[in-house]
Amino acid sequence: MTVWFVPRDAAALSVGADAVAAALEALGEQVVRTGSRGLLWLEPLVERADSRNGTRVGWGNVQASDLRDNPLTETAANFLGVVEELDYLACQNRWIYERVGIIDPVDPDDYLFHGGMAGLQRALELSPASVITAVTESGLRGRGGAGFPTGIKWQTVAEQSPVPHKGDPQDAPRHKYICVNADEGDSGTFADRMLMEGDPFCLLEGMAIAAHAVGADSGMIYLRSEYPAAIAVMSDAIDKARARGWLGQGILGSACNFDVTIRVGAGSYVCGEETAMLESLEGRRGTVRAKPPLPAIEGLFGTPTVINNVLTIASVPSILARGAEAYAALGQERSRGTQVFQLAGNIARGGIVEVAFGISAHELIFDLGQGTKSGKPLKAVQVGGPLGAYLTADSLQVSMAYEALAAEGAMLGHGGLVVFDDSVDMAEQARFAMEFCVEESCGKCTPCRIGAVRGVEVIDDLLASDASENAEQLLRDLCDVMTAGSLCAMGGLTPQPVLSALDQFPEDFKRVAVRVDATAQGVVHE
Amino acid sequence: MESPIKTTEQIETLKGLLTPIVKREPGPVLLCLQAVQTQYGYIPDGAVAVIAEVCNVTRADVHGVFSYYSDLKKTPPPVISVRLCAAEACQAVGGRALAAAWGEVCAADPDLAAATGTNEPVFCLGNCALGPAALVNEQLIGNANVETLKSAVTAAQNAAETAL
Repeated sequence: MTVWFVPRDAAALSVGADAVAAALEALGEQVVRTGSRGLLWLEPLVERADSRNGTRVGWGNVQASDLRDNPLTETAANFLGVVEELDYLACQNRWIYERVGIIDPVDPDDYLFHGGMAGLQRALELSPASVITAVTESGLRGRGGAGFPTGIKWQTVAEQSPVPHKGDPQDAPRHKYICVNADEGDSGTFADRMLMEGDPFCLLEGMAIAAHAVGADSGMIYLRSEYPAAIAVMSDAIDKARARGWLGQGILGSACNFDVTIRVGAGSYVCGEETAMLESLEGRRGTVRAKPPLPAIEGLFGTPTVINNVLTIASVPSILARGAEAYAALGQERSRGTQVFQLAGNIARGGIVEVAFGISAHELIFDLGQGTKSGKPLKAVQVGGPLGAYLTADSLQVSMAYEALAAEGAMLGHGGLVVFDDSVDMAEQARFAMEFCVEESCGKCTPCRIGAVRGVEVIDDLLASDASENAEQLLRDLCDVMTAGSLCAMGGLTPQPVLSALDQFPEDFKRVAVRVDATAQGVVHE
Repeated sequence: MESPIKTTEQIETLKGLLTPIVKREPGPVLLCLQAVQTQYGYIPDGAVAVIAEVCNVTRADVHGVFSYYSDLKKTPPPVISVRLCAAEACQAVGGRALAAAWGEVCAADPDLAAATGTNEPVFCLGNCALGPAALVNEQLIGNANVETLKSAVTAAQNAAETAL
């Protein structure tokens, strides 16, 4: 029988997917709600198959009004043909996202049917040490931005003995934790959200593999409050996983005991920094901790703790299931495997692109993304979130990989690319980077807390018609202090967008001065 | 406005809500604040003292956490909350202009302004390929403009009235 698939991903819901599903149901059709394929400019993207697991054909930008009398037809203007053959999907190499957009995210049977739990089963056949060896050999590095080798982190935690929570008596229960950082605050990134909404069991399976590998008994997911849909899907998935014996005592009949809870953030960007996240998980102000001690040795509640990003943990099940060697065969230099790139901002075809490391920013933005949404020339691309550098249109041949980006003075971050057309004022963007740091600094260290406030003032001075002669030098010195003197990446990397804007787009910093002058004289009205 | 946590009975009710959290969860202060906000819509006067007591920490400790997180509110929320994304991906597709236009719409319509309060910017709603993004109560809006925001507010008002 005919089955219709309509995404329940928040991005699809934001453009009317619920009304589309309701309209199909009103026509008596069978509707399965899935995650999103990640072809976001086509949302709501509705698919149809002759059976639940048959080949799917799709329609883009479907509105409920298209469905008044009849379901969609193959002669409709928005008919896309076979979804998996669309160029945007056909060129991808999906490991983390292999099931996203295909399965019902909260149906455990659908998960099993599409290869779910194969990684955990394989892991449980192996000794913990062999699992860590596999993760190390895969070359997997932290996808949150820092790129630390995951196997080494896990090895460090595995070597520690579990301890009671700090402050508890010595005979209290002993713990090690797996903490998943789902505080995806970087603008231009949404891959954690879409994975959690589209394949939550994959994240739980990865956490259970990590627990087996390092001997952890407890897991926590720190999920930001701005993602209510992801919170709902993950909570539902945790309940269902417990009922299936995928979490709890004796997972899949093994000796592994492990359970997961969610803690919801409260609107603080810096809590995506791992030590601030630990503070917040412990119920305190989300201020950064000095390291050492490393969280792997003394982390959540003083216990040995693995902290990994959602995408890092979600990579592990397919690495175990398909083999570390196959994963390590992808990519370049020390950037192995796949990365989930997110095309965002002013881009014609925005969405999720999971491919091996090494693709160029140019290919991502122009071949897949097809340039700006506005149709105007591209002026700048911010790579890696609000703390990432702005690249010019001329520098987009750079390979998207840790080493290649670092050589350009940029960073991969969480894999987001935010595209701007030529209407952007880069001086305004530089000022915003400092403003954002003022808003979100945790306040623990002076270079960040005071530096950001001073940064806004100095940029304002630089842009004023009567700018002091040394304003630019002052800004550069300030950035130097913030880079070298801040405790974490918040203050340490805020200078990246500021200086890249200043270095690559100096004319914008002058033009504003002219404009301010003109406004003052009543020549320009804005 | 009178705090809903004043009488002995109200205080005991709140303790009944919070005690199971404190017993079950390590590090419960933020969880308690979030539970209070879920219950009342904000953190009313008197809540900090009750949380301090059930968590066995000082009121200063609780206040420190309360004042740190931007989600936690001192005053009751507007009937309809409208939050426009102020981060880079939405800036790239006219987010700043939308925020300015929405401000003008509210300035010209006192009823709307009263129902929605001040736009409280949010840094990223994770809808960065379909910006500008906005959150109207729990409803995420993609490709937002003044018209879609207005109709989302109307829908939220209707939903609120139906709920009553």
